Amino acid sequence: MTIGQLQQILADGVWRQNTGLVVLLGLCPLLAVTSTLVNGLALGLATTLTLMLANLSVSLLRGLLKPEIRIPAFVLIIASVVTVIELLMHAFFYDLYRVLGIFIPLIVTNCAIIGRAEAFAARNAPLPSLADGLATGLGFCLTLVLLGALRELTGRGTLFAGANMLFGEWADALTLTIIPNHPGFLLAILPPGAFFGLALLIAARNAWKARKPASTFAALVPNRHET
Amino acid sequence: MNIARQPVIRSGLLLGLIALLGTGLLSGVDALTHERILQQEKRRVLLELNAIVPAASYNNDLLQDRIEITDAAFFQHPDPVVVYRARMDGRPVAVLMIVTAPDGYNGDIRLLTGIDGNGRVLGVRVVAHRETPGLGDPIEIERSDWILGFTAKSLQNPQAGGWAVKRDGGEFDQFTGATITPRAVVRAVHNALLYFDANQQALFGTGPAKGQGG
Repeated sequence: MTIGQLQQILADGVWRQNTGLVVLLGLCPLLAVTSTLVNGLALGLATTLTLMLANLSVSLLRGLLKPEIRIPAFVLIIASVVTVIELLMHAFFYDLYRVLGIFIPLIVTNCAIIGRAEAFAARNAPLPSLADGLATGLGFCLTLVLLGALRELTGRGTLFAGANMLFGEWADALTLTIIPNHPGFLLAILPPGAFFGLALLIAARNAWKARKPASTFAALVPNRHET
Repeated sequence: MNIARQPVIRSGLLLGLIALLGTGLLSGVDALTHERILQQEKRRVLLELNAIVPAASYNNDLLQDRIEITDAAFFQHPDPVVVYRARMDGRPVAVLMIVTAPDGYNGDIRLLTGIDGNGRVLGVRVVAHRETPGLGDPIEIERSDWILGFTAKSLQNPQAGGWAVKRDGGEFDQFTGATITPRAVVRAVHNALLYFDANQQALFGTGPAKGQGG
């Protein structure tokens, strides 16, 4: 794997083919857990880990996986990986596990994971597949964090509320009250706020892309047509 | 022809192998985390209980000293009420009851209610609810101090008529835009007190943990 390929994989996963903003996969957890930044970050990290492990396992087994059993094999692999992560979170991040609840096992239904297994890991060597899992996961995580921050800030006037669930007691100091005495903006916290927030993020990304001339963008990321 | 070379058999065996690997991995991780998960859950329950009955005020194994009661005259919800009993050297100190208010705006509200030996409320906490965020959720201690208003209340303070929200002529605040939620909580806490008053002896007398203190 060359540096150019790695750059390409990272740029694709995090930005150009961002799961949440461009491909629009895995929207159910995306919309459901992003009422705060920390919840979004936690689910983003868990999903990233799942993507990396699933991609790696699929890539390692890709020589054996005949087309006709490929999908059930993916399902078995992804389900095992997600269950392992669920057990580990239950044991080591118990408070977070309680907050995210059903959305941890539901990572298994995030189509982005089986999508990457099928589109990338089944055709590429282990290292690029691992990088692809990381990049896709980070892209998803980025979207979750942005949406979580947007909703938490407008809905409650804080950022990083509940950071102690993820990082331990010291992280209580991380909680920022950006807008003191915020009266609470219900719409942002309730499910409709998730749809509005996501729409704003997608619009912002499209606007940013439209302003950027295509040539500059191509120069920014070399070898974009290689794979 | 070697049967293992047939594609269908081969694919089946391969899938079986992957399933076996996955199962092995899962049982391994489960064995490693099982004990810790149990501990975490115990710690969590104890943390919630100790927020109401300080750990220094009792010395029995609170989590073991547990009974379940059903009494349709006081508790409308079909699920049994879980009761933990705190004792100091065998003497009753307090009971912690997990009662369910069946009439929240959006279904059940589970409340942990602590009552001391004199029938006074030590504290109430919401364990689980599905009330509307922003309207009904000030019953959570994380959102507002409202739930602390029950502390030190009893059947004599206020009298029966006072055990209602202000809109119904009682003395507990309702929330802007949400009366049903606090009404349900007030009623459930009142019922817990009434039950305690009628069954105080039985509450401490029965069950597995008699004389376990010390």
